[in-house]
Amino acid sequence: MGLKIIVLAKQVPDTRNVGKDAMKADGTVNRAALPAIFNPEDLNALEQALRLKDQIPGTTVTLLTMGPVRAAEILREGLFRGADDGILLTDRAFAGSDTLATSYALACAIRKIGKFDVIIAGRQAIDGDTAQVGPQVAEKLGIPQITYAEDIISIKDGVIRVKRRLERGVEIVEGKLPLVVTVNGSAPACRPRNAKLLMKYKHATTLSERAEKSEDYLSLINEKPYLNIKEWSANDIECDREQLGLNGSPTKVKKIENIVFQVKEAKRLTDSDTDINQLMKELIENHTIG
Amino acid sequence: MNNIIVFCEIEDGKVQDVSLELLTKGRKLANELGCKLEALAIGHKLDGIEKQIFPFGVDTLYVAEDPRLEHYLTLPYTSITVKLFEEQKPQIALMGATTVGRDLGPRVSSALHSGLTADCTELEIGPHTETKTNKTYENLLYQIRPAFGGNIIATIINPDCRPQMATVREGVMKKEIYDPNYKGQLVKLDAKKYLNDSDFVVRIIERQMEKSKVNIKNASIIVAGGYGVGSKENFQLLYELAEVLGAEVGASRAAVDAGYAEHDRQIGQTGVTVRPKLYIACGISGQIQHIAGMQESSMIISINSDPYAPINKIADYVITGNIEDVIPKMIKYYKQNTK
Ligand SMILES: Cc1cc2nc3c(=O)[nH]c(=O)nc-3n(C[C@H](O)[C@H](O)[C@H](O)COP(=O)(O)OP(=O)(O)OC[C@H]3O[C@@H](n4cnc5c(N)ncnc54)[C@H](O)[C@@H]3O)c2cc1C
Ligand SMILES: Nc1ncnc2c1ncn2[C@@H]1O[C@H](COP(=O)(O)O)[C@@H](O)[C@H]1O
Repeated sequence: MGLKIIVLAKQVPDTRNVGKDAMKADGTVNRAALPAIFNPEDLNALEQALRLKDQIPGTTVTLLTMGPVRAAEILREGLFRGADDGILLTDRAFAGSDTLATSYALACAIRKIGKFDVIIAGRQAIDGDTAQVGPQVAEKLGIPQITYAEDIISIKDGVIRVKRRLERGVEIVEGKLPLVVTVNGSAPACRPRNAKLLMKYKHATTLSERAEKSEDYLSLINEKPYLNIKEWSANDIECDREQLGLNGSPTKVKKIENIVFQVKEAKRLTDSDTDINQLMKELIENHTIG
Repeated sequence: MNNIIVFCEIEDGKVQDVSLELLTKGRKLANELGCKLEALAIGHKLDGIEKQIFPFGVDTLYVAEDPRLEHYLTLPYTSITVKLFEEQKPQIALMGATTVGRDLGPRVSSALHSGLTADCTELEIGPHTETKTNKTYENLLYQIRPAFGGNIIATIINPDCRPQMATVREGVMKKEIYDPNYKGQLVKLDAKKYLNDSDFVVRIIERQMEKSKVNIKNASIIVAGGYGVGSKENFQLLYELAEVLGAEVGASRAAVDAGYAEHDRQIGQTGVTVRPKLYIACGISGQIQHIAGMQESSMIISINSDPYAPINKIADYVITGNIEDVIPKMIKYYKQNTK
């Protein structure tokens, strides 16, 4: 029997390639100058899900993301790579969420999706680097978690076997479904887009995206319902508004500072024998080495 | 009540350095707040564990023992921690930002609906005024951490929820014995009362752990290599230099990702933080995430073919050249001058 898999994915600014114009003069981040990408470890998570889909007939993979309207981009990206459908959770009420408020909203959306066998998340998102949302979603749903997964070895008769990559070694663990797995960057990379799927889902859109477009997509969606990417607001999920967004976030950002390093006046040397000899003498004399 | 509690990670009967570092920090914060420093140890066969913990100035140590708790497991460790926190109501709870702490922390914080800040690089006590309501808070924990890929530093607070929870990476705080004869109180918890059978649904089938071979954190001289070293073979040059200087070899993430060096050697925001007497950066450009882990070195030498490499700005000596030429010369002239 096929599995029902939910993959949690986030669209993040590409903090690995922060250019000079990424910081504004006032020390805040210029998000507009950073490309928005599929969070890298969420792609590893998607690959684990797709491998299960390859192995177990009838398995479906649903991508769930919470973010602005634009975050539908990564849902399309997931469809191009083999996911079956995507859900965008978007609402102003979610703005300013910390990890607890985010996991609360995601957990409510997952309850609305209904039955599932396994939720797969990335270990952490590169914008916050917290690695908290996966375990917190698990706690909110009252199910176990297996973090730092490098390989979902097997799922058989409701039992999942996972290889975890820890600081100083590996651990193989077994658990009963349903549960949450978070996947490390050391897991296999995600497969590329599939040309056929790219053709199939090129015009997949959310309601908000269609509203911004002038063409009439309505007939297209009627004809091909799979081109509709589901879009849910806070009203669509059963939730306590107090626990959403900035209000529902126990942590607050008090202050943001730019990093300034103390610039030193360095002694400049060449790679000549004289210079290096001189340097080694100096270091020995002042007891730095030797 | 309203004390500081540190979750102590234990491997093979040894309290991990990251926990001892947090106890050291916790003691300072407790002195500032005028509260007690407490610790929690969970595991199996923990007889005498207090001897490792009390010298760090711990007033109360809670110990939960059970054969099933020998290795870390999410649910049972969470059950004990959550229940103990509900009983004791600590104002601050600290954990290592390890694979254990980063698995346990979010789970506990979600269960208690208290905020958690991951990977803090500094912890301080201070006041806060909410601008909207003009409400003032005294003695909050400032949880200071790099954000946005290390490009900014954010100060996070949890004004209303307790405990204020934070994780900190190994090597970020200093480890110092407070008083070798410090007398704390040992409280043995009845583990069974804190556990449910359903906590054991995830089982460990196999475990292969290696003892860490490298100890860059405590090295007084570090020869660190980056992507510019070019290959695993070229890294051998660094080992040779380290050998004659009595140094350890460290690496940037790019070098680790490229497979030139083991993960244990990574220095920086997602690796260890080091403060050696001498840091020799070989073919390292000096991105912010790397600098975050080594900027407190007393002396920095940069060897880089690019005279404008960012790391040169914080270096005391800049050698412009290729590591293939420079390192053999350093070895040669070190040997000549120490004869
Ligand atoms: C969230 C996050 C966390 C991160 N955490 C860390 C971390 O903990 N630690 C870390 O190091 N990085 C970290 N990084 C990565 C960091 O941003 C940089 O990518 C990395 O530090 C670059 O490594 P590098 O200097 O070795 O490589 P490069 O930036 O590629 O620099 C190579 C340098 O070598 C020089 N060079 C080339 N050939 C030679 C030669 N023959 N001889 C001498 N010099 C030569 C070049 O001029 C250049 O300056 C993190 C990034 C992110 C987004
Ligand atoms: N807004 C979000 N929408 C969907 N998934 C998310 C979101 N935020 C975090 N996640 C998931 O949780 C993981 C950990 O995120 P973080 O705790 O922010 O480091 C990510 O890799 C995602 O899988």
